[in-house]
Amino acid sequence: MSFLQQVGANTIARIAAVGRAGLMLSGALFAAPKLKNVSLTVRQVYVVGVQSLLIIVVSGLFIGMVMALQGYTILVDYGAEGSLGPMVSLSLLRELGPVVTALLFAGRAGSALTAEIGLMKATEQLSSLEMMAVDPLRRVVAPRFWAGIISMPSLALIFSAVGILGGHLVGVDWLGVDSGSYWSIMQSTVEWQKDVMNGVIKSLVFALVVTWIAIFKGYDSIPTSEGISKATTETVVFSSLAVLGLDFVLTALMFGIE
Amino acid sequence: MGNLVEIENMMFRRGERVIYDGVSFVVPKGKITAVMGPSGIGKTTLLKLIGGQLAPDEGDIRFDGSSIVSMNRSELYQTRRRMSMLFQSGALFTDMTVHDNVAFPLKEHTKLSDDIIDTIVALKLQAVGLRGASNMMPSELSGGMARRAALARSIALDPDLIMYDEPFAGQDPISMGVLVKLIRQLNDALDVTSIVVTHDVTEVLTIADYIYILADKRIIGEGTADEIRNSDSALVQQFLKGEADGPVPFHYPAGDLADSLFGEKS
Amino acid sequence: MNKYKTELMVGVFVVLTIGAILLLALKVANQTMSSAGDTYSLYAKFDNIGGLKVRSAVKVGGVTIGRVSDIHLDKDDYTPVVTLNISTDYEGFPDTSSVSILTSGLLGEQYVGFQPGFSFDGVEDLKNGDYLQDTKSALVLEDLIGQFLFNRGGSDD
Repeated sequence: MSFLQQVGANTIARIAAVGRAGLMLSGALFAAPKLKNVSLTVRQVYVVGVQSLLIIVVSGLFIGMVMALQGYTILVDYGAEGSLGPMVSLSLLRELGPVVTALLFAGRAGSALTAEIGLMKATEQLSSLEMMAVDPLRRVVAPRFWAGIISMPSLALIFSAVGILGGHLVGVDWLGVDSGSYWSIMQSTVEWQKDVMNGVIKSLVFALVVTWIAIFKGYDSIPTSEGISKATTETVVFSSLAVLGLDFVLTALMFGIE
Repeated sequence: MGNLVEIENMMFRRGERVIYDGVSFVVPKGKITAVMGPSGIGKTTLLKLIGGQLAPDEGDIRFDGSSIVSMNRSELYQTRRRMSMLFQSGALFTDMTVHDNVAFPLKEHTKLSDDIIDTIVALKLQAVGLRGASNMMPSELSGGMARRAALARSIALDPDLIMYDEPFAGQDPISMGVLVKLIRQLNDALDVTSIVVTHDVTEVLTIADYIYILADKRIIGEGTADEIRNSDSALVQQFLKGEADGPVPFHYPAGDLADSLFGEKS
Repeated sequence: MNKYKTELMVGVFVVLTIGAILLLALKVANQTMSSAGDTYSLYAKFDNIGGLKVRSAVKVGGVTIGRVSDIHLDKDDYTPVVTLNISTDYEGFPDTSSVSILTSGLLGEQYVGFQPGFSFDGVEDLKNGDYLQDTKSALVLEDLIGQFLFNRGGSDD
């Protein structure tokens, strides 16, 4: 009985949390936008986007390089090392770009968002905004949300581009694959609509989910040091799981059914 | 003179725990009203109830005649522009300078030019004695200075009501004296109404016009400073003198110690 | 934080993003590849094109001279017709040239191998819109295996 009761209580708590998250998001997004909020959003793009740039570029470069190295050793056995270009670029554009960017973003920017908003709550800054008749959803939540939505697809595109250049560096400059065939076979395989745009759509979905989780976890956190540390951990865990799960669903929808 | 805030038979529950049960009191215009009580009684909650951040389960709270409880969102936000709250921590925005903190409500709610805002900010900071610190970040301020900066921010829009949440907690004697003087001065000079929530008895008795003492979910005593000092309620006297045990027990409600040490383990 | 620096860095971020989009659009998913120069079209009928795709390469001895621009089925005799876009840098192939569908490596991409024929008197050059007569279809592994087994069965008799 007590086990069933616990299951029930947990379920109700989860559903209530989803409801609160939805209310928070709709409150943030449907509040009448002000011109002032544009500059707040630019500032947040700096915090979540620009400051994540280094880790994204370095990871993209190394992942591209490793894929070229691994791919080459496999493909060369079949004399198909010319297919290195499409292998590297398709993996990056369809999967690794959006997914790895989302995971890194959750760790780098998502956790910071949760901690920042959680601490704003703990230090009564959110309450104080409300008492100043300034809606914290509009002032604090909305700019961060839009910044996440803008930044992550941009970061994913940069990640893929850098990764493809990294693959070129290893595959062509180091292992001696023909530069012309690296690019031209890539060009004949990669399709703008199917590969690049689908990757961007994936990335937009991940941006929505990760930013939403991060902001909600901060906004809904228990304002103690323990509560914030738990919220930060949960942001990273939940968004990573959500990204990986959604990736499968999106891949099945986009590429699974011909 | 009428009352700015009226609380009527208010009941508030947090989960299962009842915080207030049938609390009624009034805050007269232009006066300093103090609400005292032991820690953990939910004094901050009281201010949040007045500010409309929390809603009572029963009863009514009125600000200047109109009920906060039945207001819709935009009316509530309109009303909040007439009140301000000084939080215990100050709640300064840590990513802005002191100047920008004080300018924040002005920039949000008025269309004044930057020059005028700068002038107003300088005046408000002068009033709390922090004009020299206008370019410092909140992290560089001491606790007392942070609270004064927050006070400057809360008077930026010239509100009708200022609510002070534990303004004296954790202050050294000098900053405490400064804050006491500031609260009295601002109240008289700006003709605002003040609510001070605190457990620092001596300071509050010197400035408050009227005092309510909250304990055990309700108001146990009220009156002017002299009336409170001469109260014959055991509870009030325990609170004023700071006795460890009395009507407010030293022990949080618990079973018998002998039982829990030697009795059956449950 | 310095507002100027923030805006500058966000500007850099935007420029980097646009750079990435340009790289992906022009260098990775190039739709109009190397058709910067002019091209002319040749047609070739195959019995079976295997895994040939639009934008597969057309090569002469390994040198790419053009791309497959279109593949469709002839409505009269139901054989695949492949349109080859050849760069005008490579003009004047003789009429006797042949094309075959080849595979690069064991598992690689399929491409059109172009074999220039001999040129002697009376043989005209290929012009825009001409059909290549001599075509060799793609090798389909299943057919090969089937043929091999059939031959084995025959020789046992």
